[in-house]
Amino acid sequence: MYSQGLIGADSSTTESEEFLAAFQSRIDREEKIEPNDPMPEGYRRTLVRQIGQHAHSEIVGMLPEGNWIARAPTLRRKMALLAKVQDEGGHGLYLYSAAETLGVSREQMTEELLAGKAKYSSIFNYPTLTWADIGAIGWLVDGAAIMNQIPLCRCSFGPYARAMIRVCKEESFHQRQGYEIMMELAKGSEEQKEMAQDALNRWWWPSLMMFGPHDSDSQHGDQSMAWKIKRFSNDQLREKFINATVPQAKFIGLSVPDPDLQWNAEKQGYDHGEIDWSEFKAVVSGEGQMNRDRIRDRNKAHDDGAWVREAALAHAQKRANKQHIPQEAAE
Amino acid sequence: MTDTTGKTEAMTPLWEVFIRPRNGLHHRHVGSLHAADSDMALQAARDVYTRRGEGNSIWVVRSSEIAASDPSFAEPMFEPADDKIYRHPTFYDIPDEVGHM
Amino acid sequence: MAAPDNDANHTAFRALLELADDCLVLGHRLSEWCGHAPTLEEDLALANMGLDLLGQARALYAHAGEIEGKGRSEDDLAFLRRERDYRNCLLVERPNGDFAVTMLRQLYFAAFMEPYWRDIAESSTDADLRGIAAKAQKEMAYHLRHAGEWVIRLGDGTGESAAHMAAAATELHRYTGELFMASPVRTEAVAAGLLPDPENLREAWDDTIATVFRTAKLTAPEVRVHQKGGRDGLHGEDMGHLLAELQFMQRAYPGLSW
Repeated sequence: MYSQGLIGADSSTTESEEFLAAFQSRIDREEKIEPNDPMPEGYRRTLVRQIGQHAHSEIVGMLPEGNWIARAPTLRRKMALLAKVQDEGGHGLYLYSAAETLGVSREQMTEELLAGKAKYSSIFNYPTLTWADIGAIGWLVDGAAIMNQIPLCRCSFGPYARAMIRVCKEESFHQRQGYEIMMELAKGSEEQKEMAQDALNRWWWPSLMMFGPHDSDSQHGDQSMAWKIKRFSNDQLREKFINATVPQAKFIGLSVPDPDLQWNAEKQGYDHGEIDWSEFKAVVSGEGQMNRDRIRDRNKAHDDGAWVREAALAHAQKRANKQHIPQEAAE
Repeated sequence: MTDTTGKTEAMTPLWEVFIRPRNGLHHRHVGSLHAADSDMALQAARDVYTRRGEGNSIWVVRSSEIAASDPSFAEPMFEPADDKIYRHPTFYDIPDEVGHM
Repeated sequence: MAAPDNDANHTAFRALLELADDCLVLGHRLSEWCGHAPTLEEDLALANMGLDLLGQARALYAHAGEIEGKGRSEDDLAFLRRERDYRNCLLVERPNGDFAVTMLRQLYFAAFMEPYWRDIAESSTDADLRGIAAKAQKEMAYHLRHAGEWVIRLGDGTGESAAHMAAAATELHRYTGELFMASPVRTEAVAAGLLPDPENLREAWDDTIATVFRTAKLTAPEVRVHQKGGRDGLHGEDMGHLLAELQFMQRAYPGLSW
């Protein structure tokens, strides 16, 4: 679903000025970089980190929404939600594959996630409390993700860009699915309207945090922009998201929980209140309500599945041995 | 690719997936996945890469079985073909009156 | 389409519910795996199978609702009945357990439903049902292959996986007899030409399972007493919990649109 942008990536690099300049001029000519091409170590490291975080976000992101599949209110909603959460698993898979072209294995990345060492989007450390949360996540969280992911389709690293094109194509239904749920609630009973407003109240600010720290506080933004891994700054994308989303809330009669929100005719965009960055920092550093639960759930699935993966490998080995015997005998 | 983490988890092989969107077209590389053997790789490819009717035929091949050209040798490999313009129809001057040829 | 409330329609309605409940309950069970499967690839496979079954359930409930002619929607039928009114077989409501249990349950069910849908598609007197069956047969053919491949790998994988498979067979084999037992309502539907007799499939099912088990180096456990009751609405203790989740929204917020 989404990467937080970069959290703590180290883009420092030790290649010669000449090498870096040649690489930069390829980037500036909008050439795509492919896995076996020469590239600065910092570029490779930044990508492994960002694609890995993005993949982890998809995988951990299956949990909060997965929490409501069994309780979805209609068969149509149940199937749409199952298909959507399934897509997120697929997107995690495409992304791990893109990172693997850089010489890091899915197993390695998974180990880091399970050990609690890898970052993933802070948004998935909030709990899903009501059915309206499924609507709010589709609408806001997927909406924020799309803002971030569409420019990533033009990322300078070929496998990442190709994965993002596929992801964006598939995700086109996700936000509509969420907004449709919210619309239905907003035109429903008083209780349903309250449920929708409550979900918007709880998910609005965490959604804005998905874009990462302010540009002025973002350490690695400039290098990522120069390498065209990133195409827009955190604040640019956040503004774009707010400008797109506020009218959507109005359209269904919900109010955005920001008393400072105001249309600014001069900049043709909304002014808004300040994000609670202490909350953001806490959640990113593992102190969100659901951080521990999410990692525990991933560990459980991994541990419970270990014997299955081992059996599949053992069976494949047995088969390979069997196939080799007659060949050797014939030689 | 070797496991450098020192963990006990064995690596499940990586496969490259090629899908033919419909008859008459080439199989095209769409991505990769992990599976223990070719039968499971084909099923996984179906479950992962054809959920929206993307194709009617799948190939899978072990990623480790692919031989790739070396990018540092790309210039000697590919640039010599760039100036062989006599291999293209526009190299030859034929008067318009002759019509399509 | 309103239909007269005659005996034939009543039979057809109840016979379709048996099929629909099997699909709904097993689809629901598979959906519980989402995000928790042994591999990412398998997470997608389980969701695909769950979606197939939920899709079959929707089509069957909608069709049953039309035949009943009382204006009940697919959701009314799926979500708003009492536990005793669900007529799924006990096999499909068995908890997911470990991956061996889930795959063996899928194999047992698909090995029955794939040929059953094929027979329905060829012989049912109900044209709409023949359409549903033709689509479902292809879906179940894939489930059969996928689950079969896994049972083979787990049965003939490691010592640990073989033990998991053997335990799964011991747990589940006793629920397979019910697949072939025609309930009174299905017996009526068979007589009316709506459905084929499930008893006819026993030999083919035995062959399928024997082939997979042989390759998987598994032994089918001897079953002294086959469990039954689902077709009479007599379920296991896990069914109530499944319904508590399935029906939660419709029960907590009755009569609303979602």
